[in-house]
Amino acid sequence: MSERNKNATVQPRKVSNAQKLPGAESTKAQTKKKEEKKAMDKGDGLDRGKKSKPSDQLKLTEAELKENITKVLNTHNPHAPQNIVRFNYKEGVYQRVSVDHTAILFEMESNIVYQDSEEGRRLMLKQGLIKENEETDTAAESDEDRMKTPATPVEDGGEVEEAEEEDRPDSVASKADKKGVKLGNFFHFTDRATQTLNNPPRQINCQTAPPPRSIFSATANQWQIYDAYCEELQKQEKQKATLLKKETDKSKKGVLVTETQSTDLTEVAKETKILERMVHQNTFDEIAQDFKYFEDPSDKFRGQEGTLLPLWTFQHEETRGLSVTALCWNSKYQDLFAVGMGSYDFCKQGRGMIVFYSLKNSSFPEYVFPTTSGVQCLDIHPQHFYLTVVGFYDGCVAVYNLKKKSLEPVCKGTPKTSLLTNPVWQVRWQNDDIDNNHNFFSVSADSRVVSWTLIKHELISTETIRLSVNGGLSNVPDDEQLVNISGGTSLDFHKQTDHLFLVGTEQGKIHKCSIHYSSKFLKTYNAHNSAVYTVKWNHFHPRVFISCSADWTVKIWDDTIKVPVFTFDLMSAIGDVAWAPYSSTIFAAVTIDGIVRVFDLSINKYEAICQQLVVAKKKTKLTHIEFNPVHPVIIVGDDQGLVSSFKLSPNLRKTPKVQRGQELTLDPEAEVTKMEHILSWLSDIE
Amino acid sequence: MAGTGEAKKEEADYKRLNSFPLIRHTDMPEEMRVETMELCVTACERFATNNESAAKMIKESMDKKFGSSWHVVIGEGFGFEVTHEVKNLLYMFFGGSLAVCVWKCS
Repeated sequence: MSERNKNATVQPRKVSNAQKLPGAESTKAQTKKKEEKKAMDKGDGLDRGKKSKPSDQLKLTEAELKENITKVLNTHNPHAPQNIVRFNYKEGVYQRVSVDHTAILFEMESNIVYQDSEEGRRLMLKQGLIKENEETDTAAESDEDRMKTPATPVEDGGEVEEAEEEDRPDSVASKADKKGVKLGNFFHFTDRATQTLNNPPRQINCQTAPPPRSIFSATANQWQIYDAYCEELQKQEKQKATLLKKETDKSKKGVLVTETQSTDLTEVAKETKILERMVHQNTFDEIAQDFKYFEDPSDKFRGQEGTLLPLWTFQHEETRGLSVTALCWNSKYQDLFAVGMGSYDFCKQGRGMIVFYSLKNSSFPEYVFPTTSGVQCLDIHPQHFYLTVVGFYDGCVAVYNLKKKSLEPVCKGTPKTSLLTNPVWQVRWQNDDIDNNHNFFSVSADSRVVSWTLIKHELISTETIRLSVNGGLSNVPDDEQLVNISGGTSLDFHKQTDHLFLVGTEQGKIHKCSIHYSSKFLKTYNAHNSAVYTVKWNHFHPRVFISCSADWTVKIWDDTIKVPVFTFDLMSAIGDVAWAPYSSTIFAAVTIDGIVRVFDLSINKYEAICQQLVVAKKKTKLTHIEFNPVHPVIIVGDDQGLVSSFKLSPNLRKTPKVQRGQELTLDPEAEVTKMEHILSWLSDIE
Repeated sequence: MAGTGEAKKEEADYKRLNSFPLIRHTDMPEEMRVETMELCVTACERFATNNESAAKMIKESMDKKFGSSWHVVIGEGFGFEVTHEVKNLLYMFFGGSLAVCVWKCS
């Protein structure tokens, strides 16, 4: 733009100097015309300018005026130094330094692009303001304008700036008229600020309901406080009282509960029983081990003799003062046995008791049945193992059922004709009759052998046989026969033949009878001099039986022979004898001096192979003995009510063809032949 | 003398028996009531001789626990009528001779 300024400053002079150029003449004429018009409009503005002349103006002649004086203006600053040199190291010489000759007096940048310039034209093209073909015209016109505009200041003289100011708007306006467009330089800006309106402030209010309130008033002083506390205490006491009541009620209920619990103990009877047995097994573990496994090793060195190993002893508090009057093993449960309690002292008869013990629990009996009269004998049914028949001292018989909880017998039978007390000395179950009724036989001191049949809780008795002193039959009435009565003391049925049985009497006789012949004895043996305590058939040999008596003897019989085949004098009153269930030749006897003797005829025909004192006190009398049907165990009862169990040593249970490992298998044939052998041997001697 | 002795004994008995807190009036919910009561008991036991400190302690604790503007009055004898926010008042006796009133009003 500085260039343009230069032009602006320079041009007028040029023009003024070249006023008389022919080219310039026409333009001058034009401007003159214009000026004239203006003058006519505005008044005499131009005329005055023409007329007024400075007083000191040179007066020149026409010639002088027409003379062209040429003045050359250049851009050299006459004051600028022209002799400044600087050493140029590159060239290695001093070089003249050019000095700037321009002096800028005023400078103002514009943001408008000159229309004629390259840039201006491009911009206008871009904006689509002019078309391609017009371009040249506009350029010419603009040139013309340019030529025109500077013309005025020349006439004005030196007032360049004024003229410019005046002309510019004019020219711009003319331009605007033509194009109406200003070309802006996009790279030059000016700041401009405006202020927007502020948002008007607003106010919103909201009010909530206050939390609800209430008024409370009271007065606190010492007496009110005191009263309040007293009231509270009274209340508490009342509450306590009610609580106490409730508690007592509860405790009462609790007592009730415990009572009911105690009655409910029977519900856990089974469990307690098991526990009791467990405890017992633990405490008597050694005995149990002996019972099962101990075999006396000393038997090997004793030769023929054997020993008895004491095992458990059984005693019950309530049986004190009673003596054992009967023993019987249960046929199904081999550890269970029944003990009849009574008295053999006929001056002191009283109560009795039936007690069932188990080997598994020696401390307390399994069942206890107290009786009013002394028990003289009992027998457990071989098939119906829960039925037990008992013969009493007062002549009654009774059947107890272990399955029933009651202590009373299932049924009780009394003899029809009992003038005196006639103790029942022996009872024996028989096989069921044709109608499947249980029946048993009893023998009593009134010399009758009675058959009892159990029909629907009733015992029906039929007299089978009456015994008499002379062995004959007695059809005479009872009262006349009294003198001849011979009381039966023992009874045993033949093991193989149902109807055959033996009866021992007080007179020492043994009758062999049959239930089919009620009027006649099949045979009578004058066995003993005193009452026959026991008579028992051999378990194996059909003809052999054993008897023992108060005359201190044990006799073994062949029922075909009227005299005993063996007689053993034990030098003491004998309580009981019993055949061993595992051998035909072994039997055991107990005497009142407290000695158990075990005989084996196949080993020693004269003396016992075992003779052992088994009681603690000398005075104690042994009353009964019984072999366990399976285990090698015997039980011995004494007159103190104590039952002891013993294990038989191996020597006492030898079977004829003893081969170790085969001991348990019983061979009845062999047993019979063994006995037969002994009998034949005896007959040979005779 | 015996009479006074008995009276003293009675008094001791009374003191011993009636040391428990006794709520006279409250409209607080169960949980808040129990808490406030326990707070009062601890405060009165800690400052047995200084009711002012006890009241201060109760007030500050209540402000912390249940929001500000609680008021507490402790004394052996006083009368009052207060405006309180409902469910925020407890009036109880303690130790046989003290009355404690706690309420909230902002």
